[in-house]
Amino acid sequence: MSIYLKLIWAYFKIGIFGFGGGYAMLSLIQKEVVASGWITNNMFTDIVAISQMTPGPIGINSATYIGYVVTNSVWGSIAATLTVVIPSFLLVLYTSHYVRKNKDNKIIKGIFLGLRPVVVGLIASAALMLMNRDNFIDYTWSIAICVTSFILVYYTKIHPIYIIILAGIFGYMIY
Amino acid sequence: MLREYLRLFFSFLRIGAFTFGGGWAMISIIEKEIVSSKKWIDREEFLDLLAMAQAMPGILAVNIAVAVGDKICGKRGSVFAALGTILPSFVIILCIAIFLTPETIKNNETISSIFKGIRPAVVALIIAPVITSAKSAKINIKTIIIPIGVALLIFSNIPYISNPILFIVLGALGGAYYSKKANPK
Repeated sequence: MSIYLKLIWAYFKIGIFGFGGGYAMLSLIQKEVVASGWITNNMFTDIVAISQMTPGPIGINSATYIGYVVTNSVWGSIAATLTVVIPSFLLVLYTSHYVRKNKDNKIIKGIFLGLRPVVVGLIASAALMLMNRDNFIDYTWSIAICVTSFILVYYTKIHPIYIIILAGIFGYMIY
Repeated sequence: MLREYLRLFFSFLRIGAFTFGGGWAMISIIEKEIVSSKKWIDREEFLDLLAMAQAMPGILAVNIAVAVGDKICGKRGSVFAALGTILPSFVIILCIAIFLTPETIKNNETISSIFKGIRPAVVALIIAPVITSAKSAKINIKTIIIPIGVALLIFSNIPYISNPILFIVLGALGGAYYSKKANPK
């Protein structure tokens, strides 16, 4: 079986069984690609580190990187990246069409009404989980950056992209 | 129509290029790009799309892009939004894979100090939508226990319980039950 098929199969599984987004998917990705012997555990840790230093979802980053390393070709990257995306792409599309068609249905309305407070909690849990020593390396500047960014994003109309750029420049100057 | 698709594509290209720290960090940028400045969708709809995107498997950032793109421009819109989200990280990672070794990035002092500044800002970008989404979900004294409970239970890392999917299912069931009770037929 060609390496491409194996790659596509591995990332198909990651795309369809990876729930919870980003870091929740890490162990699944690790299991698939390290167990296949495509990369070593150390290389996997490197990929995670690079993902933290580049934009974009870690699922995409790992697919693009491993796809290239395994096949030594851009096509490997494209194949792995598309297969990790396509299953959920179709599922989201199908579900949102179904929901829109039945948007006046009382039960569907009720479901989304029940989901709203849960989603607020999910976002809050994501914020809580990121408040760790990886993201806050000291108790002074890190916290100052976080508080200032919050004030800017919440109380002003400044685009969050500029806040990220400013925080990056600031980090470059002080660290 | 093509102009609409391209606007959507470039919006999500910007979003993809500046999303550090996973799908949740996108929310602030999407709120600015799509909800408040272009007014393509309103806050409550956005919250419902987030719920759906999180309930599906796969990459959260892409799921959010697909749901928002489909809402604004239909099926083709979702393709443009998804491609926009993926493209920046695809190109950057491919360049790294082809031209650099992981060590060059990992041990680069400049990049690492830039990211020491960016990471706490990303956390702020996730705290802000907690408050804005609580407002659009019309959270009150009675319902505030739900988001607080969900956040703490997921954060405390209890096996089997600290699972976002569990709370999505519970929220959906609770909402469905409540709607039947409130509107008996």
